[in-house]
Amino acid sequence: MKVIKEKHPLVMRWTHWVNFPILTIMIWSGMLIYWANDEYSITLFGHTYVRFFPDWYYQWLHIPQRLAEGMAFHFLFMWFFALNGFFYVLYTIISGEWRQLVPNRHSFKEAWLVMLHDLHIRKTAPPQNKYNAAQRIAYTAIIIMGFGSLITGLAIYKPVQFNWLCWLCGGYHLARIWHFVLTIGYVLFFLVHVVQVILAGWNNFRSVISGFEVVNEQPKPVTESNNEDEKA
Amino acid sequence: MKKPKTELTTEQKIKRRNFISFTVFGAYAAVAYGGWRWLYKSPDETAGVTAGAHNPLRRALNKTELFFKRLAFNENHLVKTYPREMAANKIRHNSDIGSEGKLPPENWKLQVKKANGEILQITLDELMKLPKTEITYDFKCVEGWDQISHWEGVSFRDFIKHYNLDAEAKMGYVGLETPDKQYYVGIDMPSAIHPQTLLAYQMNDELLNGQHGQPLRLIIPVKYGIKNLKRIGTIVFSNTRPRDYWAEQGYDYYSGL
Repeated sequence: MKVIKEKHPLVMRWTHWVNFPILTIMIWSGMLIYWANDEYSITLFGHTYVRFFPDWYYQWLHIPQRLAEGMAFHFLFMWFFALNGFFYVLYTIISGEWRQLVPNRHSFKEAWLVMLHDLHIRKTAPPQNKYNAAQRIAYTAIIIMGFGSLITGLAIYKPVQFNWLCWLCGGYHLARIWHFVLTIGYVLFFLVHVVQVILAGWNNFRSVISGFEVVNEQPKPVTESNNEDEKA
Repeated sequence: MKKPKTELTTEQKIKRRNFISFTVFGAYAAVAYGGWRWLYKSPDETAGVTAGAHNPLRRALNKTELFFKRLAFNENHLVKTYPREMAANKIRHNSDIGSEGKLPPENWKLQVKKANGEILQITLDELMKLPKTEITYDFKCVEGWDQISHWEGVSFRDFIKHYNLDAEAKMGYVGLETPDKQYYVGIDMPSAIHPQTLLAYQMNDELLNGQHGQPLRLIIPVKYGIKNLKRIGTIVFSNTRPRDYWAEQGYDYYSGL
């Protein structure tokens, strides 16, 4: 029998979908800014593996010579990024949703099992609530990362007036590096996130838009033993 | 599974909620996309003291800077200074619009336009007799690079005091231009009279050279490099924003750090 199972509250769906275009614009305008002093690369023992970014990449996305424009967009959309993030965090705290989201003491061990399961190494996944252990860690980490982007961003933006933030980030250079690394982190998160969403299927994806999942529930016998958990 | 007429079946509920959600989602996506196109294609501001930015973005820049200026700017927030030996020997050179080549110091006088219309003509020798202030700090370029460098000169505060420019210092802005008027900046007064703002004539232990704005340049650590005008020709005071080279090219007018 098909049953509607509520999953994502309205506020969480909205903040999720509001964040998506804003973060995209922040990353894009951030690249317009970064281009003006694109000094980062991954270099080990004298060999450069990745250069951020190669010329073809800049040309492809029309990045060069747009520093002023990038700053103008970045310093407008930073407000929306921050406000949306604060609103989301506030909501999870007030509604109690944070209990589903914040990792607990089992999460780190379980996340490992979840990963083994996802990679088809292990047959069973640990029992979960709304989110599995790996999701708890990922979705909490991404919020901390967002907060980190705000702090490091402010440290680069006003290094004199917020010199204590700059100090907290380990100085101007390190603040800029953190700000960049966090952005790379978002991109990696996005890639894994999209793959997982595709693998999880339509029912799961739809729940982030319409809020519910459809589950097939077997009509249960009237006399029911209460050690269902072991079968999960 | 007969139900009373008013109650929907689960199947109907699913359909109905999906329909509403996806319609709203589609509408949201359309509005977001439309809003973005509107902003992206919005016309540039009318060229004036500032130019070259999309109109709504310029308004946002001005508002944002005002917000941070009021929230955070404090003349007691000093720029971090470093030991003298940490300063770079070779100071990075980016641009010398309005200050190319060498200008014989005997052909140069700093012109300061006072509120009463009087114009002060000040030679480098006179400036060098005033109390000297040194600073070793991390110079920051709007492009994103920075460099610890050492500068010496007259603090703008001492300059104001010595030449009795107190009435002028009560005005809103200082405007500085190169002798050939090719490069020009406008500085809000609180930043100009910040204790670390210098009229510099020396870097490391040498007089400024042609690439770094000889004979006299502005060193204003609370601003990005674009505001640190090289080769000052004239200084004016005003209550409206003086013209500014990079603000005319889409950059923020304030450009404060």
